[in-house]
Amino acid sequence: MKELLVDLLGNELLVYVLMAFVPLLWILPFALFAVWWERKIAAHMQDRLGPMRTGGWHGWAQTIADILKLIQKEDIIPTAADRLLFSLAPFVVFIGAYTAFAAIPFSAAYVGTEINIGLFYIIAVSSFVVIGLLMAGWSSNNKWSLFGAMRSAAQVVSYEIPIALTLLAVVMIVGSFDLQEINRAQSGSILNWFIFQKFPLLFAAALIYFVASLAEVNRTPFDIPEAESELVAGYHTEYGGMKFALFFLAEYANMFAVSIIAATVFLGGWNSPFGEALSGPLWGVFWVLSKSMGFVFVQMWLRWTLPRLRVDQLMYVGWKVLIPFSFVIILGVGFWVLLEG
Amino acid sequence: MEAVAEKPLTIPGFPRPLKNHEMIVNMGPQHPSTHGVLRLELIVDGEVIVDMIPHIGYLHRCFEKHAEYMSNYQQVIPYCDRMDYIAAMSNDLGYAIACETMLGIKVPERVEYIRVIMAELQRIASHLLAIGTFGMDIGAFTPFLYCFRDRERILDLFEQTCGARLLYNYIWIGGLSHDVPPDFAGKVADFCTSFKPTIKELNSLLTHNKIFVERTAHVGVLQADVAVNYGASGPVLRGSGVEWDLRRNDPYSIYDRFEFDIPVGRGEVGTVGDCWDRYIVRVREMEQSLRILEQAIGQIPEGNVQSAIPKRIRPDSADLYVRTETPKGELGYYIVADGTTSPSRVKVRPPTFVNLSILPAMSRGAMIADVIAILGSIDIVLGEVDR
Amino acid sequence: MIPQEILDTLIKQFPGVTFELKKAGSGDPSILVPPDRILDVSRFLRDDDRMAFDSLMCLSGVDYTGGRMGVVYHLDSMTKRHKVTLKVEVSDDQPECQSVESVWKTANWHEREAFDLFGIRFAGHPDLRRILLPDDWVGHPLRKDYELPEYYRGMKVPY
Repeated sequence: MKELLVDLLGNELLVYVLMAFVPLLWILPFALFAVWWERKIAAHMQDRLGPMRTGGWHGWAQTIADILKLIQKEDIIPTAADRLLFSLAPFVVFIGAYTAFAAIPFSAAYVGTEINIGLFYIIAVSSFVVIGLLMAGWSSNNKWSLFGAMRSAAQVVSYEIPIALTLLAVVMIVGSFDLQEINRAQSGSILNWFIFQKFPLLFAAALIYFVASLAEVNRTPFDIPEAESELVAGYHTEYGGMKFALFFLAEYANMFAVSIIAATVFLGGWNSPFGEALSGPLWGVFWVLSKSMGFVFVQMWLRWTLPRLRVDQLMYVGWKVLIPFSFVIILGVGFWVLLEG
Repeated sequence: MEAVAEKPLTIPGFPRPLKNHEMIVNMGPQHPSTHGVLRLELIVDGEVIVDMIPHIGYLHRCFEKHAEYMSNYQQVIPYCDRMDYIAAMSNDLGYAIACETMLGIKVPERVEYIRVIMAELQRIASHLLAIGTFGMDIGAFTPFLYCFRDRERILDLFEQTCGARLLYNYIWIGGLSHDVPPDFAGKVADFCTSFKPTIKELNSLLTHNKIFVERTAHVGVLQADVAVNYGASGPVLRGSGVEWDLRRNDPYSIYDRFEFDIPVGRGEVGTVGDCWDRYIVRVREMEQSLRILEQAIGQIPEGNVQSAIPKRIRPDSADLYVRTETPKGELGYYIVADGTTSPSRVKVRPPTFVNLSILPAMSRGAMIADVIAILGSIDIVLGEVDR
Repeated sequence: MIPQEILDTLIKQFPGVTFELKKAGSGDPSILVPPDRILDVSRFLRDDDRMAFDSLMCLSGVDYTGGRMGVVYHLDSMTKRHKVTLKVEVSDDQPECQSVESVWKTANWHEREAFDLFGIRFAGHPDLRRILLPDDWVGHPLRKDYELPEYYRGMKVPY
């Protein structure tokens, strides 16, 4: 696709800028849509209707109105806050979430940059987010924010290990970090999807990845850094207006990023579930997006069903349950690959 | 960076100066989980609570002063409503019984039955709110709304009876402000039959949820002897395994006519007296309240609900303490009459005021998230704590 | 055990201390205890096997006017199923009474409340601070001679 555009426009830099904007064009509407979606899902799970008025049909314009409100709000920086870090933090968080999209393949024909260490790159840049959270919590000069930041740093760092290990199991089978390569390795029948291969090792890996990714993006039952009943709002207690909106946007972008990675690595990515039928570059976009939306839905579903763990229990789950099991999976897959030759 | 203060920080209510690694965190008065305007001064070592100093009084509205300034005994009732505004009927009932005991009034049978029905409906409504908010404190949002949905139906029943949904002024000294509407018994019966499945639903959604159990079992354990010494009452006392319910142990009104069990905490998933036990006692009490309701609605006799209301209340000099079992525990009224038409002193023994005083003892050594769970399991209403 | 029997036992247990059984109208009978003996009496009532008053239901301050104030203790025995009311009378210019916090922890907050609203000082209380009113409040509002302040921190209070 890049070559096509370079031929068309004749300017390589312009093409890069253009390609960088494509995920943004997806993330912004996605965040708006997902917030509305989350409200509707929550409402219907709770025997109520949710937003019904703004925009007419089932309140579809509610989040657009909310965003317009947030943009208009006065930008308040607390007097005691560290101004530079405080203003920088939401951008760091958002950039961390957004740069991950550069290596995510949306279809056989479209990926921001087809680098051969795509998965590695994504794991690396998404840990950038934690720096932003720490900056936000520290610079707010608020004890609740500090608690939230410390909790989230501990949580994100701990849960990156099982995430990396489970993804490594797949990498060992494919023999490449390249996400397009991983996609191509799953083409053909639905049974080629990695979640069904090396049963039950990769199935367990997918489960562990999903659970750990919930912690990575601070979703229930691991929403401890922003647990509203304990820490008021955690690291973003002091934020308002557009800065808060950026945190919000980053949260949803992150939610989507971990979902699309799950869809790509375990559920065949842009491959059609019906073999060759309904496949192709555009169908690929459809499949990968609907698979990841499925994961997003499950994340929301869990949020409105489950209570929240305590911080020491969260560490227990991470270090004493998920990480040992991921090691077992790595070993199992390693031997399996070795024996198959 | 500023230089670290040389002098160690001392805090009123905390016996020793603060150590270097300890930090004070103010939880409240504006905090999502303090159930109102409660301020907890937490002294924490990381996430672990070293000590806690509760500060109350942010909602102090001088109930006792108001009661002395009223021109007669009846005018105190609306103020009683506003103490525990989650269970206003039960507060009215306690005050009415106290005044009736003082005056020696025997209220008609019909009034007694309607009062019991109202008090039990109110108990279910109050426990629903307690359970819902407790779930929300733990992080489960959905049970909260399910509980509110069912509570709403009880409030509808109250609204049909006396026109008010929260503060009723319904139970008067010697009678009631209105009789119940004609088909009231049928509606209560409908509520009872349809409410039973929702308790099951609640149990499957929250009570036996693994994460919920992890968060509440073994947390905030209150031993029975400590609970008694602190004067705990209601679900907090019963959660510690003490079978003590004033409806059974010191019967008032006509509670001795009904069959019901007193659920106590048994430590089914953790230790006796932990948060889960206090929670499950409330769930099971709702079932028992349904039993009382089902017995009571079949027996309501005919009669005039206002026949025993005295025209003028002027008790002789006397003082007495009357206690009733509200949803939150033992609500006591100590009334001193000096021979005039208004009380000389009305002291309220609010159940949650006493239950809240145990919070520091239960929280020491726990984590910040546990404080939220323990506080939720005590089920406080600041209107009553502060009066 | 009825209050008369409790009184008899107390008289036997504490020779030289004057106790008085009172009952007015339809009210509860009560035993008047001197303010400097309330702690001993309370401890005896809790620990004695015949009494076993394991819980303090309520502790109230009362202003009887005419220079007298009182503290009223409502005791309950959950095991023996009997109740008793103890009363302590103090003068209103030097209201001081022993704290029973070491006997029943319930008394902690109730005594703070009585101190807050009546100014009764409880000797031996570990943390006698105001509880319902702000720390800088002047006066004790439930006293009958309390005058409603016109100003609070320089702000006119609207009536």
